[in-house]
Amino acid sequence: MHEWALAESVIKTSAEHAAREKLRCVSEVGVALGELQSIDREIFAFALAELVKSSFKDLAACKFSLLDDPAAFKCRACSAEFTLKALKRTGEEAENIHFIPEMAHTFLKCPECASPDFDITAGRGVTIKHIRGEQ
Amino acid sequence: MTPAPGKSPIQRSAPRISGGLRLDPRPAVIGARFSKIKKVIAVTGWKGGIGKSVTASTLALLLAEKGFKTGLLDLDLAGASAHIVLGASGLFPKEEMGLEPPSVAGVKFMSVSFFSSNKAVPLRGAGVSDAIMEMLAITRWGELDYLVIDMPPGINDTALDIIRLLPGTRVLAVTTPSIMAHSVLERSLRLYKSLKVPVLGVIENMTRGAHALSKAAAGRVRYDARLEKALGSPARILKTDFAKDLAKIAGRIVN
Repeated sequence: MHEWALAESVIKTSAEHAAREKLRCVSEVGVALGELQSIDREIFAFALAELVKSSFKDLAACKFSLLDDPAAFKCRACSAEFTLKALKRTGEEAENIHFIPEMAHTFLKCPECASPDFDITAGRGVTIKHIRGEQ
Repeated sequence: MTPAPGKSPIQRSAPRISGGLRLDPRPAVIGARFSKIKKVIAVTGWKGGIGKSVTASTLALLLAEKGFKTGLLDLDLAGASAHIVLGASGLFPKEEMGLEPPSVAGVKFMSVSFFSSNKAVPLRGAGVSDAIMEMLAITRWGELDYLVIDMPPGINDTALDIIRLLPGTRVLAVTTPSIMAHSVLERSLRLYKSLKVPVLGVIENMTRGAHALSKAAAGRVRYDARLEKALGSPARILKTDFAKDLAKIAGRIVN
């Protein structure tokens, strides 16, 4: 369940952002879940709720909105642009990419030219997209 | 209480939206992940093939043998080989609120090799930084006296990331009696000095005969023909002359 580690990072970053922006309370945090990392949404949401309850009570009123972030790639060798649907991977490979998304370069190839030298242009991992609160 | 003239008794809150963010949440937890690690030693060198991985792995084994709680993190993503030195096959980190490194001969060990299925990891600089950040954010080391990091050669993305993300890391440099290794060494030591990164010392590895090239060397490790055959077996590595020489130097400069 390494979703817990990433959930903790989202909560800490939200709390730090709130302090920096002098927010009295945080009402909503928008979290993009990159398709490539295939985070388990249920576990992630559960981890967020439990961590807030146990250790980050200042964020008790905060709603965490989990947003889909489709993965997109661009090949550096042939400039082809493609999505995750175009790429084949085994269950074990997907699991390894789940832990470290950069393993995509080990297991996935450009569908046009078979190069591993591509950029992950969107949907890599967990990112905070917006934070709503009151000053 | 009567409000001051002209002031409302009710403080109206101002809604604020920080939109269009692309906040990377991972740096926020790295400090917490390393909060129970007393000392971090990055074993580095500025040429390939000079024995960084064997030195880092053996140093971790020596520290564990002395009873210190020790971890070893292989950050040489393109050339990960500490798992070969330790013989860490058939292991995988345990998923527990993150990843708990498995233990090999008393050393908690984390490496990209757990995730690469013995295949190459062809990453550009930004990918290296992202992978390192991910490993630092999700690995739960717990309490350690020492974390030894096996670094890739040179001052590159990995070195700059470690300097940035893990302040207080001390460098243990490895070189060989080659004039090429020494030339790069002198330049790199000057750079570390200017970056205010503490250098524990320089180990001159693979020496033969009495003469050592480096004036900066804290100690010499003799070329040991038995070392190659001991790789993969921590118990045998600890019995080599290589480990004995390294133990003497580590006793002086690693504290």
